[in-house]
Amino acid sequence: MPDPTNPGRQATLKVYRGTKEKGEFQSYKVPVEAGMVVLDAIHYIQQNFDPELAVRWNCKAAKCGSCSAEVNGMPSLMCKSRMDQFKHDEDICVQPLKTFPIIKDLVTDVSWNYEVNKKITPFSPSPDADWTIYQEDIERVQEFRKCIECFLCQNVCHVLRDHERKDNFMGPRFMVRVAGLEMHPLDEANRLKYLKDEGHIGYCNITKCCTEVCPEDIHITDNAIIPLKERVVDEFYDPLGKFIRNLLGGSKKKTIAATAQPVSITPSK
Amino acid sequence: MTQSQLTDLPENKLPTSNALPAYEGPTERKDNWWVEPALIAFVFTAFGIYSMFRAFENNLYEVGPYLSPFYSPNLKQYVPWFPLSPAFLILWIPLSFRATCYYYRKAYYRSYFMHPPACTVGMFKGKGYTGEQSFPFVLQNLHRYAFYFAVPVLLILWVDAFNTVYYEGAFHMSVLTVVMFANCVLLSGYTFGCHACRHIVGGKEDCFSCPKNEQKLKPAFQAWQLVTKFNERHQQWAWTSLMSVAITDLYIRYTCVNPSLAFQIF
Repeated sequence: MPDPTNPGRQATLKVYRGTKEKGEFQSYKVPVEAGMVVLDAIHYIQQNFDPELAVRWNCKAAKCGSCSAEVNGMPSLMCKSRMDQFKHDEDICVQPLKTFPIIKDLVTDVSWNYEVNKKITPFSPSPDADWTIYQEDIERVQEFRKCIECFLCQNVCHVLRDHERKDNFMGPRFMVRVAGLEMHPLDEANRLKYLKDEGHIGYCNITKCCTEVCPEDIHITDNAIIPLKERVVDEFYDPLGKFIRNLLGGSKKKTIAATAQPVSITPSK
Repeated sequence: MTQSQLTDLPENKLPTSNALPAYEGPTERKDNWWVEPALIAFVFTAFGIYSMFRAFENNLYEVGPYLSPFYSPNLKQYVPWFPLSPAFLILWIPLSFRATCYYYRKAYYRSYFMHPPACTVGMFKGKGYTGEQSFPFVLQNLHRYAFYFAVPVLLILWVDAFNTVYYEGAFHMSVLTVVMFANCVLLSGYTFGCHACRHIVGGKEDCFSCPKNEQKLKPAFQAWQLVTKFNERHQQWAWTSLMSVAITDLYIRYTCVNPSLAFQIF
């Protein structure tokens, strides 16, 4: 169905075609229909102009996190970028994620993220844990479980994007994961030293771009990164607080040493 | 610095960001991304110049029961030997509280340091970046200590406001009193919505309602919920309280010149 506000409208998409080393932008004219998103336009190009255009996609419902790209310079899911947000005469520039190496056209190699993930100590409950959990204790963690791993936050983070600290900095996605584990009422592992010395949470300077681009509206900075930074402060930068805690009976922080080995979970009956 | 073992990938297998031909220049954004950081830099600079002018002025800050927030508490009588304006004995507290505040960090890293000025705008590149991991920005971790100092100063501002209601044995009310109370409300919303406060009152806990903790942590949960409500609008509290401090001070300055400007109601 044509766009009722402007029947016959055609949008011009400038799409990156090529690899990391060699490529160029190609322009395509695409008819705009009501409710159309950028991913629809990319599919139109595949079907009508160039079936070899590479794009990763799956659900088209902003839930699989596959179609991440940069539309007019802003990281976004193509399936969530409506065509009616652009001016009628505006060229729409579609590029692959900048932070991860291009494989072909709009497809990038995000496997570095999975390598980082491997090093995070997984959920580690006590063997004799009481598995009764109240909603108020699990609510904070549930927000972090909404993450669809689109890696838009990793892409927009200037520490990874511009400063290339992929050797040292875990990025917002994995701080969200660690927050979900550290704040879990049954988790017993301590990942604070890992956060400080391996994940280098200190590299984050709270500029909140990760929160701005998150398609799941996770408050990454306020609810995950900053609370983690405060926990790192508790442990490493607040001698007075630590002294008082020790005086009052010691830290209640968990004691299981951080390890990336999976822990077997057998809930007690 | 500790050698990171973030991944098992060897150095030469680490991915690098895309550059030409897919990307060129600092950004591909077409919108006016520079407006917000420029506006923030302008307002911060204007506030900084005004507050320095007022601190150095060392005059027109107290009339009758009204005392400027830049000079409160007035320590002049306690340290007569101090060669500079007494404002300098106080201003370092709100300054350090705001300078280490998680919201203001975002604002000035973008506006002044351009790290980055806006999302996907890469003005500076290179692996030398260490953020808040090393000196001087590692000092941002002392934000909670700045909070501890800021709370008594805020309480004194509340006392100042109440002092304008009851003095000389009678109750009084003026427009300036209302402005001073509004300033205290906005400063309280900002101070008690602070991320460090949110952590201290309960955010540090993993489990508020575990059977073994229930009695002990219920108040912590309620406090954490309350602070979270303020924290959700921390940016708005930060800006409105910054403006209210400047407006209250300016109002008191002009009231010092012309006391009728307090607009006494009774």
